[in-house]
Amino acid sequence: ILFKVIMMKEIILLDEGWSVMETGVAKLQRILEDLSEPPFDPGQYINLYTIIYDMCLQQPPNDYSQELYNKYRGVIDHYNKETVLPSMRERHGEYMLRELVKRWANHKILVRWLSRFCFYLDRFYVARRGLPTLNDVGFTSFHDLVYQEIQSEAKDVLLALIHKEREGEQIDRTLVKNVIDVYCGNGVGQMVIYEEDFESFLLQDTASYYSRKASKWSQEDSCPDYMLKAEECLKLEKERVTNYLHSTTEPKLVEKVQNELLVVVAKQLIENEHSGCLALLRDDKMGDLSRMYRLYRLIPQGLEPIADLFKQHVTAEGNALIKQAADAATNQDASASQVLVRKEIELHDKYMVYVDECFQKHSLFHKVLKETFEVFCNKTVAGASSAEILATYCDNILKTRGGSEKLSDEATEITLEKVVNLLVYINDKDLFAEFYRKKQARRLLFDRSGNDDHVTDITLARELQTNFVDYLSANMTTKLGIDFTVTVLTTGFWPSYKTTDLNLPTEMVNCVEAFKVFYGTKTNSRRLSWIYSLGTCHILGKFEKKTMELVVSTYQAAVLLLFNNAERLSYTEISEQLNLSHEDLVRLLHSLSCLKYKILIKEPMSRTISKTDTFEFNSKFTNKMRKIRVPLPPMDERKKVVEDVDKDRRYAIDAALVRIMKSRKVLAHQQLVSECVEHLSKMFKPDIKMIKKRIEDLINRDYLERDTENANTFKYVA
Amino acid sequence: MRRSSSKKKSGQSTESVTTDLFRSASSKASNKEMDRIDHLFNQYANKSSSLIDPEGIEELCSNLEVSHTDIRILMLAWKMKAEKQGYFTHEEWRRGLKALRADTINKLKKALPELEKEVRRPSNFADFYAYAFCYCLTEEKQKSIDIETICQLLEIVMGSTFRAQVDYFVEYLKIQNDYKVINMDQWMGLYRFCNEISFPDMGNYNPELAWPLILDNFVEWIQEKQA
Repeated sequence: ILFKVIMMKEIILLDEGWSVMETGVAKLQRILEDLSEPPFDPGQYINLYTIIYDMCLQQPPNDYSQELYNKYRGVIDHYNKETVLPSMRERHGEYMLRELVKRWANHKILVRWLSRFCFYLDRFYVARRGLPTLNDVGFTSFHDLVYQEIQSEAKDVLLALIHKEREGEQIDRTLVKNVIDVYCGNGVGQMVIYEEDFESFLLQDTASYYSRKASKWSQEDSCPDYMLKAEECLKLEKERVTNYLHSTTEPKLVEKVQNELLVVVAKQLIENEHSGCLALLRDDKMGDLSRMYRLYRLIPQGLEPIADLFKQHVTAEGNALIKQAADAATNQDASASQVLVRKEIELHDKYMVYVDECFQKHSLFHKVLKETFEVFCNKTVAGASSAEILATYCDNILKTRGGSEKLSDEATEITLEKVVNLLVYINDKDLFAEFYRKKQARRLLFDRSGNDDHVTDITLARELQTNFVDYLSANMTTKLGIDFTVTVLTTGFWPSYKTTDLNLPTEMVNCVEAFKVFYGTKTNSRRLSWIYSLGTCHILGKFEKKTMELVVSTYQAAVLLLFNNAERLSYTEISEQLNLSHEDLVRLLHSLSCLKYKILIKEPMSRTISKTDTFEFNSKFTNKMRKIRVPLPPMDERKKVVEDVDKDRRYAIDAALVRIMKSRKVLAHQQLVSECVEHLSKMFKPDIKMIKKRIEDLINRDYLERDTENANTFKYVA
Repeated sequence: MRRSSSKKKSGQSTESVTTDLFRSASSKASNKEMDRIDHLFNQYANKSSSLIDPEGIEELCSNLEVSHTDIRILMLAWKMKAEKQGYFTHEEWRRGLKALRADTINKLKKALPELEKEVRRPSNFADFYAYAFCYCLTEEKQKSIDIETICQLLEIVMGSTFRAQVDYFVEYLKIQNDYKVINMDQWMGLYRFCNEISFPDMGNYNPELAWPLILDNFVEWIQEKQA
């Protein structure tokens, strides 16, 4: 008889009760061994449960909780020792792993059932005494008696399988996953077992595996190929984790792989002469560079060497452009600096794309671009500052629009935007502004295109001229004798122009006087300054062969008209009569006697003007055209612009210094200087010496004083 | 303030009477001293202007047996708080000689070494140095001194203590073109320079500090020379 049905509350003796349990255990074990044993039916289950229950509730000396607890342990231990472990020991390699998985699954079932039977123990005895639960007891038994014995061998088998898979062979991933579960399971909620008994070995193995690969590949493969392999390995390792490893292993595993494949060989790989970073940049291999970025992004300090090489490369390209321009300039190629701007824009665009696409707009690379362009864009080429070159570039784009080869409005817009991109890097922004304004004004005066203020002014000027003509016909009894047009500009809307005290020819004096009077009738609160450098004259030259119309500047006209009264004039005589500076006069005379159209004959016939030269009207001059324009090369405005800007800067620095000191009252020298630089950074980069000089000037003018205690500190003088 | 010895209030205590007597005795003595000081003044002063003018100062110097470019005369001027270079007013004379307790030429001569010691005390020398600059300002609104005068002044004031610096600086001032005059701030800057910066290596000079620009340029010039 398998079961004794207890009807009445008879005392169950330990041995009696336990022998019933033992039959239950035996049945359970047969089920596990898969010996076509039928499962427990509810009745059997209840019976076993009740026996335990009763035995625990009996009065002493028949309360057998402790004994039962120990016997429970004993049963499991016995099973593990006698059945489970030997079956494990019989097998090896993958077979052993399969057995392990099976035995682990069985163990769980065994413990589950047994603890259900002995539930009452768990609930009261165990709880009351604070002892390990039945579950824990069960797991400890497996751990101590089975797991500990085979885990090392199992680990070796696993690692061998993983190695196989790494080498490209197929393995049973489910098996591996299940074995990993055994490791995890034996930790009973903690990861320590898994980490110590398996993971640490895996990581070590991984490191040496990839270290070997790294040496091999870095010798055999080009940088791009190596990177492809590295990327693939990382991908596979991550998949490995997903497939059968515990998720917490991923960062550790990735770190090991990255370390061996990327960190250790970084220098060699990135700096590889033939296929490394510099070569990739040279050959525009954006895909490979993107990969390099992706791989090194997550490695601490990984991107710095790449950024450095990027900087090196861009700097080299930029310097090459500048050298090109400098060389071309020495060969009298006037367009050299313009070409430079265009190429700088192209360079900037090109590498901006790199920064955006390959380097994902990372700040390190943005910085590289910024720093390199800050250097290029502040270099002087052929004596012209970058500010001036850039202004000239804009001028060229905007001049004479409508010509066939000029850009469309949209293209112009885009190009100007790109110029603004470069402008950001220039220190002397105010210098650019000044050059730009001057050129813009000239464009407006001669091209009639431009901004509102200028256009309004010109319109008003034209109206005024019309009124002048009416005035003349109404008022003058003597005719002026010359067709005379005046354009009145409002100061402030236009750049400042140099004025001279030119002695006008008599004919022109009358005109000017007449206009002055007329203007006086229009307004009496304004003063006129005459800018002869912007004027144009049409003169009839009565040459021997034929009379020709010469289109010249007012200055040139003044010179030529002198020859109406004299055949020959010396430099000195001309100079005295006209009252111009030597510089200006040389330019004028040069344009009339040494260039293409020799209206005057110079003696001696050298190519430069000297104070001992004499000039004569060239009656033999002729040209197939009836009307020619005799150009006067423009005065070098560069010097004046730089002077003006310097002056403005001095005021700006003074103002900034006073403003800062007024609000801070007391400030140390270095702080004052650095704040001042910051205040002005939007317009220009002030020279530290200039700032010092301005500070001294302000001290002299009693705006600031030095602190008597500390000579390095300044105080505001209210 | 002079007190007449004949004044006597009724009801005064013996003590206060004694004090009075003592005071009047010493004031008598100081009166005598002041008389002698005044007398000395008149020996050198110009009769019409009632000032000791440059001529008088030259005579004074020869009597004192010091050159009129000697620093001690400048120190005397400092002690007197003399305002105008080349002239001593009666008040200034009185002030100076009284402080030195000198009412004869001999006493004055003997007082000079002591005066020099006093001036050279670090607490006084900076003041004296600044005074020397102001003393050379002749016009009312003048704030700066021309290079040549500065060179002379430097020689007088710092020549004995900072020989090397003075020689170099004077040479530099003469060849540079940035500054035609020197102002007080630069003058004082030079004093700080001599006192704080090791010479001629100038290892502890930092141009990023608030040194006057002329000194930055000076240091650069020397470094170029040394290279």
